[in-house]
Amino acid sequence: MAIAREAEPVGSMHEVREAGLDHEDLLAAYRNMLITRGIEERGHILYKQGKIPGSFYTGRGNEAASVGVATAMGGDDVGTPLHRDMGVHVTRGVEPWRIFAQYMGRADGPTHGRDGNVHMADSRLGLLAMVSHLPAMLPVAVGCALAFRIREEKRVAVGWFGEGASARGDTHEAMNLAGVRKLPVLFICDNNQWAYSTPTYLEYATEHVADRAEAYGFEGVVVDGNDLLAVYREAKRAIEKARAGGGPTLIECLTLRMEGHAVHDDAFYVPKDMFERWAANDPIERFRDWLRVNAGLSDEQEDEITAGVKKLLNEALQRAEESPMPDASSLREGVFATPEDLDTPHHK
Amino acid sequence: MSEMTYLQAISDGLRQEMRRDKRVFVIGEDVGVYGGAFKVTLGFQEEFGPWRVIDAPLSETAILGGCTGAGIMGMRPVAEMQFADFISCAWDHLVTVAAKQRWRAGTPVPITVRLPSGGGFSGGPFHSQNPESSFAHIPGLKVICPATPEDAKGLLATAIQDPNPCLYFEHKHLYRRLKADVPEERYETPFGKARIHREGDDLSVITWGAMVHTAAEAAQQLEGEGISVEIVDLRTLIPWDKQAVLQSVSKTSKALVLHEDTHTGGFGGEIAATIAEEAFEDLDAPIKRIAAPDTPVPFSPPLEKAYIPQVDDVAKGIKELAEY
Repeated sequence: MAIAREAEPVGSMHEVREAGLDHEDLLAAYRNMLITRGIEERGHILYKQGKIPGSFYTGRGNEAASVGVATAMGGDDVGTPLHRDMGVHVTRGVEPWRIFAQYMGRADGPTHGRDGNVHMADSRLGLLAMVSHLPAMLPVAVGCALAFRIREEKRVAVGWFGEGASARGDTHEAMNLAGVRKLPVLFICDNNQWAYSTPTYLEYATEHVADRAEAYGFEGVVVDGNDLLAVYREAKRAIEKARAGGGPTLIECLTLRMEGHAVHDDAFYVPKDMFERWAANDPIERFRDWLRVNAGLSDEQEDEITAGVKKLLNEALQRAEESPMPDASSLREGVFATPEDLDTPHHK
Repeated sequence: MSEMTYLQAISDGLRQEMRRDKRVFVIGEDVGVYGGAFKVTLGFQEEFGPWRVIDAPLSETAILGGCTGAGIMGMRPVAEMQFADFISCAWDHLVTVAAKQRWRAGTPVPITVRLPSGGGFSGGPFHSQNPESSFAHIPGLKVICPATPEDAKGLLATAIQDPNPCLYFEHKHLYRRLKADVPEERYETPFGKARIHREGDDLSVITWGAMVHTAAEAAQQLEGEGISVEIVDLRTLIPWDKQAVLQSVSKTSKALVLHEDTHTGGFGGEIAATIAEEAFEDLDAPIKRIAAPDTPVPFSPPLEKAYIPQVDDVAKGIKELAEY
């Protein structure tokens, strides 16, 4: 039996305005979803060209969830997005060429070739770089919220995790501490239904991951992760609640991982009709249809946005290809921080 | 100067840091109302309030992960592990996130973890360990092992202001056993700078933490027999003062490496290897190692006595080396 609240879809433009989005915001969100998918589609090409060392991970199908939450965040809020959350980096303003440089292990990627894939973040955009051990960043997000609480700042931290990682102890410790201390933090579960090849019923026994929130003393919400507006509205509500001192919320965004765990995995274990069903519910196409009906998105506007994204990504790709490989002599630098390294927007 | 126990010196150093720097806060199990299992933070919550002296649930990962997040957001967290042994519960966070974040993502993690470590009081396998070597092996972590009240205070201040994850091992057996004059004002004791605890000519004992005092007692005993022992207290393992060790060994030509941690893979092996690599020509004898045997820490007193290097064990080792 479900305990978490199941969020209603967002229907009308009126509801959207009430949630705080104007016409420009809607188009920006649409554009960010296109950029997100475009980056990852081009990543596939780079991989096939042999330009990406190691493996390659995408978040296809998760664009609405990642862009929706990030759109609801305030400028001073911070987050710890994961490998299915490229949309968060895009929405917070990362330059796409840096992502391509990161993919290819170039010197100009956010980690300068020291780490790959989406193991990166621009701290100036309020994001912290993920690690492979999931959900190791959830306690870190809780710690950010703790700092805000100690200093009595009206800022919120957002921590992402997957339904697979919900089985690990870090999830429990992070949520329990956040609940006990009523910290301003959001837990966003990207439930894409497959932890590598393991289905949800082998990961947890409750109906929803969000059902657990009740046990930690805060609200759990399940939302259609392919519905950008519903995700946005729930994230916005939860962020404002946290900002006002109301404590954490767990939001579970239900979606489907539309590709394998990584590029080497053909996801043979996912039933075909499951892919077909979710493909028919594609978050980007769905939002575009909504924009056409409710926000007057015209063919010309759509073409203009699509062309703009294409140009941006083509130029980004070119710039990234021009970025040099890292100099091997730099390997030993920066294992330890110096006091000057603390000169970041956050450490001050 | 004021006479303080090792424990009082830690407490004094921490309090001073919290008074002068609003970014510093303490989080751990029972650190608030109770004042910590060993009473290091006794009275802190009254002075600094419940949001700077935070009683945490039994959640080592959330405590240290939380420190990392807060540290990146501009705080200077000091976490207390109730016993150093419990750091194993947060190993993943320290090693996976905190140690690597600066190098790979450019984000420094300025946190200090206080770790009451070491045996000698029948704490058994889970309340007596010295896990410093495990962390010395992880690039990105600093490892601090003060041996005296003065260093305990000064090294803690340095750790708190250092922009890296600092593991501060405070030896429980020294807490109330050791009393000495400590400067009343605030000061920082630099990392990576060894201290010559005792000067001597015949051989060098390289050690840290409580073993500095075991070595000193052994050296005292042997003075009457005409053996002159130099004791090098490393103070910090990462970074460690290679220069001071090589200098001492080149003077005495004999080296004994001593630690309370177990033998195999202990940090003493690294020191011995470095001496062999860089001071081989200066040596008049094979490098000797004295450490705990490769077993868990036992509970019953005769077993524990056989486990932790005793003054007699060290004296015997020194004698053998001196006679070589």
